[in-house]
Amino acid sequence: MGINFFTSKLNDALGWARKFSIFQYPFVTACCGMEYMSTAAAHYDVDRFGAGFPRFSPRQSDVLFVVGTISQKMAPVLKMVHDQMCEPKWVVAFGVCTCTGGFYDNYATLQGIDTIIPVDIYIPGCPPRPENVLDGLMKLQEKIKKGEQSRTLYDPRTKKGRPAEFQGGYTVEGHIKHIESLS
Amino acid sequence: MTPLERIQEHFSTQIIEVHAFRGDETAVIRPSSLRPMAKFLKETPELDFNFLMDLTAVDHLFYAGGRVQKEFRFEVVYHFFSLKFNHRIRLKVLVDEKSPEVDTLVDFWPAANWYEREVWDMFGIRFKGHPNLKRMLMYEEFKGHALRKDYPFNKRQPLIGPKDV
Repeated sequence: MGINFFTSKLNDALGWARKFSIFQYPFVTACCGMEYMSTAAAHYDVDRFGAGFPRFSPRQSDVLFVVGTISQKMAPVLKMVHDQMCEPKWVVAFGVCTCTGGFYDNYATLQGIDTIIPVDIYIPGCPPRPENVLDGLMKLQEKIKKGEQSRTLYDPRTKKGRPAEFQGGYTVEGHIKHIESLS
Repeated sequence: MTPLERIQEHFSTQIIEVHAFRGDETAVIRPSSLRPMAKFLKETPELDFNFLMDLTAVDHLFYAGGRVQKEFRFEVVYHFFSLKFNHRIRLKVLVDEKSPEVDTLVDFWPAANWYEREVWDMFGIRFKGHPNLKRMLMYEEFKGHALRKDYPFNKRQPLIGPKDV
């Protein structure tokens, strides 16, 4: 009987541990919340991915789920919640309103949360289906495993820092392209 | 006798126009006759309008085929309802652009408080005598009134983040 070895880098082990213990902060403001709840409940069950435990304190959470339209009035609050989270932290933009503002191209709505906080995963849809959310969650797990974090904001002047499908706001073609790229 | 007939009888000279569509009765009036008429609607036992259902405004700037309306640009619309008699009436108050101001109805119907703040916020129509006339939906830093038809539809005034989005 030989000696059994288990070798790995510490970062890999940390990433593996983190990706299955996602404490999420649900910042739920609008109708996407219904789809979020359905994803979290027993049928689709985000607990299978280790993300079943929402913490309602930003200081204790790893992933900020921004679920629903963010108005200009709400934007400073969202920024503050993000600032209060401890590193390492990730942000998921849930629904097309958080990705680009969606069809709320008006005076009241923030045109994408990536103009104020860095976004790691974009899940478009109005609202996205639970399968779409789970797919985004798995992509987030891959990012967490590799230790990648988004650090850049979207700059509307240079059009940098946002997936190309969302440039110039919401389009049906861009949406379809994004969904196809997910599968 | 319908509520409209009753106020026509009482305020015949002050009513500019009336119309009724399938039982929805409307009287168009000037700001000066709003408060006497509201008092009448509230306090006459046969009318007993104890419920202010809605209060909003309309901007007629580009109304009727792109024609710019300068006189009586705004209309403030009041919907009243009586829980006792189950009847309704609508008042439309004509407001001009130079001095967009009407009297408050907060002392008759406390529900008017937030409605009037909303109309001030969105249309910039002042309510004389309102106890707390400040913005309802938008933030204090917001300039202009968002639902006026001359407010640019693509104008953004973000509190934080890039300014020219």
